[in-house]
Amino acid sequence: MALQHYRLPDVGEGLTEATVMTWLVAEGDTVAVNDPVVEVETAKSVVELPCPYAGVVAALLVEPGKTVEVGTALISVEDGVAAESVPEDAPAADESAPHAEASASQATLVGTGPRELKQTRLPRKTAENTLLVAPPRDADTRTLAKPSVRKLARDLGVDLASLTPTGPDGTVSQDDVTAAATQQGGWTGFLAERGETRIDVTGIRRATARAMVESAFTAPHVTEWTDVDVTRTMELLERMKTMRMFRDVRITPTVLIARAVCVALRRNPELNSSWDEKNSQIVRKSYVNLGFAADTPRGLVVPVVHDADAMSTYDLAAALNALTHTAREGKSTPADLSGGTFTITNIGVFGIDAGTPILTPGQAGILAVGQITKRPWVVEDRVEPRWVTTLALSFDHRMVDGAEGSAFLGDIAEILRDPGSTLIMT
Amino acid sequence: MTATNAWTPRIVGPASEPPDDPFAGEPADGIETVQLLDPDARPRRHHTYSPQLTVDEVREAYRTMFLSRRLDTEGTNLQRQGQLALWAPAKGQEAAQIGAISALRATDMVYPSYRELSMVMHRGLDPIGVFQIMRGITHATWDVEAHRMGVFAFVVGAQTLQAVGYGMGITLDGSDEVVLACLGDGATSEGHVNEALNFAAVYRAPVIFLVQNNQYAISVPTAQQFRGAPAARAAGFGMPGVRVDGNDLFAVHAVVAEAAARARAGEGPTLVEAMTYRIGAHTTADDPTRYRTRAEEDLWVGRDPLVRTERWLREQGTTDDWFTGLAAEADEVATDLRARVLALEPQGITDLYDFVLAEPSAALAEEREQVAAYIAGLEGR
Repeated sequence: MALQHYRLPDVGEGLTEATVMTWLVAEGDTVAVNDPVVEVETAKSVVELPCPYAGVVAALLVEPGKTVEVGTALISVEDGVAAESVPEDAPAADESAPHAEASASQATLVGTGPRELKQTRLPRKTAENTLLVAPPRDADTRTLAKPSVRKLARDLGVDLASLTPTGPDGTVSQDDVTAAATQQGGWTGFLAERGETRIDVTGIRRATARAMVESAFTAPHVTEWTDVDVTRTMELLERMKTMRMFRDVRITPTVLIARAVCVALRRNPELNSSWDEKNSQIVRKSYVNLGFAADTPRGLVVPVVHDADAMSTYDLAAALNALTHTAREGKSTPADLSGGTFTITNIGVFGIDAGTPILTPGQAGILAVGQITKRPWVVEDRVEPRWVTTLALSFDHRMVDGAEGSAFLGDIAEILRDPGSTLIMT
Repeated sequence: MTATNAWTPRIVGPASEPPDDPFAGEPADGIETVQLLDPDARPRRHHTYSPQLTVDEVREAYRTMFLSRRLDTEGTNLQRQGQLALWAPAKGQEAAQIGAISALRATDMVYPSYRELSMVMHRGLDPIGVFQIMRGITHATWDVEAHRMGVFAFVVGAQTLQAVGYGMGITLDGSDEVVLACLGDGATSEGHVNEALNFAAVYRAPVIFLVQNNQYAISVPTAQQFRGAPAARAAGFGMPGVRVDGNDLFAVHAVVAEAAARARAGEGPTLVEAMTYRIGAHTTADDPTRYRTRAEEDLWVGRDPLVRTERWLREQGTTDDWFTGLAAEADEVATDLRARVLALEPQGITDLYDFVLAEPSAALAEEREQVAAYIAGLEGR
């Protein structure tokens, strides 16, 4: 019996790592060649990996949520094939052909990252191979260093010629430069234990940053807030949870808040508008596409429920369930994430009471819902524990006046204080 | 002056406009889509084209399409298992490819792009050659002259220039061969492809440009690629442009056969725009869920060329046994190919020096020796 290890391949072009999302098999399961066993997320995509071995799953070697480098063993499979004198332990089993040959040649066929090249470069038998070996250094020779190292040296004010190269083929390495810079005392280097880490701004982080800057510096934001006694909404919610018609959807306060927002938007359409700078026009929408800010493993995304105002409470709850599920899985399509006319952000899930949300670019309003907690509340001159939340509304003051914004927020608060008031408002 | 302008985003083109469905409504450019067998396998009459294939020929075409699709899946799996550097799935485009190549003579030259596994198989070549290329151990594996099949071109559209040059050579030789140049909708945005089209028309080169319009150039939908579709642009170059249902084996075959006959008669090039869809990803490094909807994919899965051809074959009396036998054969072919891929040895790097030039050059020979000495000086070699 031989234990085979399936190692994380480079599933893109030059990717160096991936995050294990979901295991599709368990230890003890029987798998065939090409059966999908695990879902991993790379910088480019979420992909299912098909097992190269048939047999019984011996162990899942990486926990979901962990990011591992290309080449890391993900899963071991007992293939049921008798191995001739191959030791049972994992690395040895891996040396057996043909897989070992494949992983050894991997650096030449996939991945161009410097890390991989370092791992797989073959050492020289002797120092006599002169080809590609740096010529001896003398005063006339320009110091050898990669462009990135040259730039680093320039940035840190280190004279390359003054260094003793320790890099391959007599080149000055990045470590040489940072070590020299540290000695000069001017800079502690990003590899030092205490100091700063530089994180590339890419992907969703970059998109978020751009949207926030665009919104914050384009739309003059006004934020208003109000505390609301939502005890009756919470009672309604409990009642709904016991109702047959809602048994297969998740009913949350967000569903009812979304309903309240739809009703209030109909009464205050100024908040359901966008600003068209080019044509000097305000675009007022007769439909409500409700965005919900969601914290996902990939960062902040805002999936949109289209035509939320035309939906029944059940449909809205179902749509919200489906959309947040898709968003958390990282599988939202561009259509899921675009076309919103108003956004709700639930900061209560983080245990926070209130904030001043920044508008989604192109929208006139955003409602932040704080945590719903029992707080002391004055009811007919007596202090009672009641379910209370804080609603914070930011709006674009170009389109919405204080009176309109206040009326809108007041409507939402009134509906949540007394859900029956929707009968009067609609 | 307002602060607003500095921060207004510059959005170039629509953010996520899906391609128009070529089979819905009237085409904007007035060019019809030739169809002889619809997605429900119902024959369609056409005023100019009629089906040219016998049942046996269709069965053979279907067999190649089926086997290539099975190996296509194996290719994606092998890439996911770290055995290939890259794989470019062709799922959904098999009828466009096999319909076209089966309309040619075995002596006609074909210049593929990098997705034409089924054409390679049609020419009787061992598909392992494609896997060797995708494993990154060689640039080419088959004898181009002997099999009349060019090497895969990864420089987008480069093969169109080669095809036109070859076609001009045919004219000079006075031969009646024709050339098939395969390209995609994305390649038509490349400058050199437009030069190739222009030269082909000017010199009346016997070239058929098969544009497999699979609706996306990686993630860029055709609506963001061009306003004048490839079939419509052909007129501007001075050649006929025909649009055909690329998932209809009969229609692609008939249209390409007619174009080949024209080319053989000295009447010059034709551009055939085969409307199809890449059901899978652009390559294994691509995630199509980021830029297209499930609904759109489902629409095209409903037009799957293999399903359509299978239904027609069954209506013509092809038995269950035949299809079951083919499925078993495909599994065998795939298992055998997998084993051979796993056993592939890296090709010697010095081979580079042996295949590039027809005659040896002194400088290259010296460099070859230096590299060989360097490699010999490494441990583990």
